[in-house]
Amino acid sequence: MSLFQIISAIFIGLAAGYVGSFMILRRMALVGDALSHVALPGLAIALLLNINPFIGAFATLFIGIVSVWLIENKTELPTESLVGLFFTFSLAIGFLITPQSELLEALFGDISKISAVDAYLAVILSVILIVAMYLISKGFILSTISPDLAKASGVKVSRLNFIFLLLVATAVALGIKAVGSLLMGALVIIPAITSKNITSSLRGYTVLSSLIGLISLLGGMLIASKFHLSPGPVVILASSAIFLVSLLFTKK
Amino acid sequence: MPGEILKVENLSVEFFGQKVVEDVNFALKKGEVLAIVGPNGSGKSVLFRALLGLVPYSGKVAWQKNIKISYVPQKLAVEKDFPLTAGEFLTLRGAGPRHETETALEEVGLHKRAKGYDWLLNKKLGQLSSGQFQRLLIANSLTGKPDVLLFDEPTAGIDIAGEETVYGLFRKLQKSSSDLTVIVISHDLNTVHSFADLVLCLNRRQVCFGRPHEVLDHQLFHHLYGEEIQHRHPDNHLSIS
Repeated sequence: MSLFQIISAIFIGLAAGYVGSFMILRRMALVGDALSHVALPGLAIALLLNINPFIGAFATLFIGIVSVWLIENKTELPTESLVGLFFTFSLAIGFLITPQSELLEALFGDISKISAVDAYLAVILSVILIVAMYLISKGFILSTISPDLAKASGVKVSRLNFIFLLLVATAVALGIKAVGSLLMGALVIIPAITSKNITSSLRGYTVLSSLIGLISLLGGMLIASKFHLSPGPVVILASSAIFLVSLLFTKK
Repeated sequence: MPGEILKVENLSVEFFGQKVVEDVNFALKKGEVLAIVGPNGSGKSVLFRALLGLVPYSGKVAWQKNIKISYVPQKLAVEKDFPLTAGEFLTLRGAGPRHETETALEEVGLHKRAKGYDWLLNKKLGQLSSGQFQRLLIANSLTGKPDVLLFDEPTAGIDIAGEETVYGLFRKLQKSSSDLTVIVISHDLNTVHSFADLVLCLNRRQVCFGRPHEVLDHQLFHHLYGEEIQHRHPDNHLSIS
């Protein structure tokens, strides 16, 4: 494994685990999973136009999150059902237009193809992501447990939700290079639910989730490279294994 | 009028074309305690949310300039396993100095133990008893020195504070800071007489407003609650069955 890969894995793992921990608190596990599929058409278009896949993925994810946000704000419809429709639709479109030779990489990722530019981008965006999430975290938690209390305390809840979705989209777009659009959902969800099992404070929960994200991604990649396996699935297996171990220490 | 901290005129709230609060008018002076009473679904919580600017309304809600309003919601959607300690919860609205937090906890009857406040602050929010949680919510609203406290009392039946009622608490708070204005949605009519300066009866429309002993009588309650009323005490106190 190259230094670029290791550095990318460390930062993407931390950022995905950290942002994921907040998604779980909003019961957005399924939204996160579905959202990652929205990246697929973007990846395909980027491949066809020969531009950086991150940009393509982020572009369609951005459209995806704006749609979610509008649905949440403008209607009383249950978000989840619409999300289900909208995102499987994207998966279908993405599957059809992704060139056959690239399909496996788009779906399952390939961090071995990470370039120096990708690595720098991953580091910078991950740092921005973690800092931004930390800055909005108090208002975010308050509005999660009581939107009224948050609004009465001066939190701009709607704006905050939009920023949060933007951060989620960035995290997903970042992780796709590493584990692919099909598995990225798991990289944001599994570290968070593992951490939730064994911690009781917000600080402990978010820090541990970030660390599990890091260990899963880096560990999974190292194991995959040693045994010449596809890294994406091995990363998810690694995080799932950590989850199973955490069950032994669950606080009830 | 000078000294008025809140003036409400012709306040109405409409949901999907249906008026849920209609033509409410009242004014409140600094340091007064107002109890809002009315049957379930009479619009009490909606009125509260309009006063806080959380729902669109027509009419006028004029708060005195630059006052700090604090809100204690009826309940919070906190799951048992939500990873947030009581101490962390108290910092969400912006952390005040430690001694201010401790004073607020002391005031609501959450006292120090051997290791100070570790027993409470390190506990998961979901593991607090409903009484402790309600007290914590009030303490949370007291930090930052609010001028006005809006308290949405949990529905009758929840044991708020053990031997001491939440109204005893308000009286105590008023003693330590006579400037604190309190608006409370109350479900316990027995206590309104003893703790509130003013009472507002709501049944979508404003049915009464004034000093409790002047406006609260049996006829009014019958009008407000219909047959739900039952007499519990011989001394003219009332409760909802």
